[in-house]
Amino acid sequence: MSFSKIVERYTPEVIAEMSAQVTAEQVLEAIGKETLSEYDFLALLSPAAADYLEPMAERARKLTLQHFGRSVLLYTPMYIANHCANKCVYCSFNTANDIARMQLTMEEIEAEAKAIRAEGFKHILILTGEDRHKTPVSYIVDAVKVLKKYFECISVEIYPLLEEEYRQVIEAGVSGLTIYQETYDKERYLSLHPKGPKRNYENRLNTPEYGARAGMNFVSIGALLGLSEGVFDAFMTGLHGDYLQRHYPSVEYGLSLPRMRPHIGAFQDFTPIGDRFFVQILLAYKLFLPSMSINISTRELPSFREHLIPIGANNISAGVSTQVGGHTTTEASSDPQFEIADGRSLEEMKRVIKNLGYQPILKNWSGDF
Amino acid sequence: MDQLIVGGVEFKSRLFIGTGKYPSKAVIEEVATASESEMITVALRRVDLGADEENILKYIPEHLTLLPNTSGARNAEEAIRIARLARASGCGDFIKIEVISDNKYLLPDNMETIKATEVLAKEGFIVMPYMSPDLMAAKALVKAGAAAIMPLGSPIGSNRGIRTEEITQIIINEINEVPIVIDAGIGRPSDAAKAMEMGADAVLVNTAIASSSHPRDMAEAFKYAVKAGRLAYLSKMGAVGVHASASSPLTGFLSEVK
Repeated sequence: MSFSKIVERYTPEVIAEMSAQVTAEQVLEAIGKETLSEYDFLALLSPAAADYLEPMAERARKLTLQHFGRSVLLYTPMYIANHCANKCVYCSFNTANDIARMQLTMEEIEAEAKAIRAEGFKHILILTGEDRHKTPVSYIVDAVKVLKKYFECISVEIYPLLEEEYRQVIEAGVSGLTIYQETYDKERYLSLHPKGPKRNYENRLNTPEYGARAGMNFVSIGALLGLSEGVFDAFMTGLHGDYLQRHYPSVEYGLSLPRMRPHIGAFQDFTPIGDRFFVQILLAYKLFLPSMSINISTRELPSFREHLIPIGANNISAGVSTQVGGHTTTEASSDPQFEIADGRSLEEMKRVIKNLGYQPILKNWSGDF
Repeated sequence: MDQLIVGGVEFKSRLFIGTGKYPSKAVIEEVATASESEMITVALRRVDLGADEENILKYIPEHLTLLPNTSGARNAEEAIRIARLARASGCGDFIKIEVISDNKYLLPDNMETIKATEVLAKEGFIVMPYMSPDLMAAKALVKAGAAAIMPLGSPIGSNRGIRTEEITQIIINEINEVPIVIDAGIGRPSDAAKAMEMGADAVLVNTAIASSSHPRDMAEAFKYAVKAGRLAYLSKMGAVGVHASASSPLTGFLSEVK
């Protein structure tokens, strides 16, 4: 059964009702369990669990040490194009937004790669908008071939590909796939994605599986928190991760917690997710799926990110620019996808992580394997 | 003389250590010294041969034998590729085969492990396969050319101790051709002592040392535990009595018969 069939079993209303009925006893029982059911997971996301963040954090800390020790992987994103055929109402790259559009040539990608490599990064995440004409799979493949000379591990956060296309990018040197569902609430999804290929909810939902089947080593999923009702999206993200792990167990998974940030465009109709609830979601993820990495982006503030490391965050970006060619251009030649809140360099992040008593990891894989 | 020989190399210490999960690379050096270990495993996926400060190998004292492992390999083919790269990058002939096709529990895939062992042993590697305890698979690994067998005590990183006791004991009893190293799950020094009392030839301990609050001291504690357990094993521990009993209700009549 595909995950889209599982999603159909739940509605935001039912989940809201179920989570409202959770009792403190159920929360405590879930915290004490070795293996959590999906109902335990929902209990941890419920309003009743908000009073138990400390015991949840204690358990999360133990599980993090058990699975990942005191280590934090550092990587940086590289935007290579921002052409986009979609109209995601919350995104600056929205085709209707009048922003500076560009895509890097192979020479520019190489220059950008050299600059990022000189900062010390070994893991890179390449990003594009969704435009199959301007940035076809062949463009991605060519870019990867250039980047492979400079980086040990290359992940992609690009438009959804077919399984066969994922095989092509893996063959070129990609090991990781990041693809976010944005929101699992289908109705809301359709209203947020009024036009363009991304409007196909089911296709996006099934895409992580295509990557896993094609042989990706790492797959990261997530909901863009704030777009819709938080408990529902977090619950479905967890179920999605659990589904993927059961069906494709050889893949190493990551759960990301991107949270809505100010951006260019008129859309401001989001449900702010407060810090306490954000942490509750992170802890619930860790307790439900302890073997999965947790990724925290530079959308979050520096001190907040640091506090998340001991309780589960083990993938952290640094030296971030969300502009195309942002590592080699001094002036803004394109507009950023979103505003970042943590602009610290790799060296600064390494120092911070060491001061926390953790080891910054720059290499965790090699494309040569 | 109580010797441990793996792949023709003699080891004075029966405690093997790891390099993952430490708060800093510098701690590894302290742990290596305090543990008196002579073999250390390192995931090739983490080895950064380029940069000086980031290269984990620089923190490993020279007298330790390097045991690169194939962490991250999902099948025999990937393990073989990683092993060859390890040797090509100067990490020596020892290789710990780790093939994990289930990242939820991190349990080894014995079938793929046997395949990789066979290929690499033929290529002259000293192969130490990490396995789920199973007697037939252990025998197959010996036949495939393994230089030691490394059954897990409980899932890796779990610190649960030797939960696979019944089966690992059978492996220890039955496999005499190569050393048996209990790997994974040893959570406290008493678990290590127990493994040695059971007759294991060595133990590999990583998480329990790396994630303790004082890794150096914990390494020392494990050193003593392994020595104590080994000494106890060699001293042939007395049989465990079920209960004290002066009379012999079932065979007492025998004293009355001539």
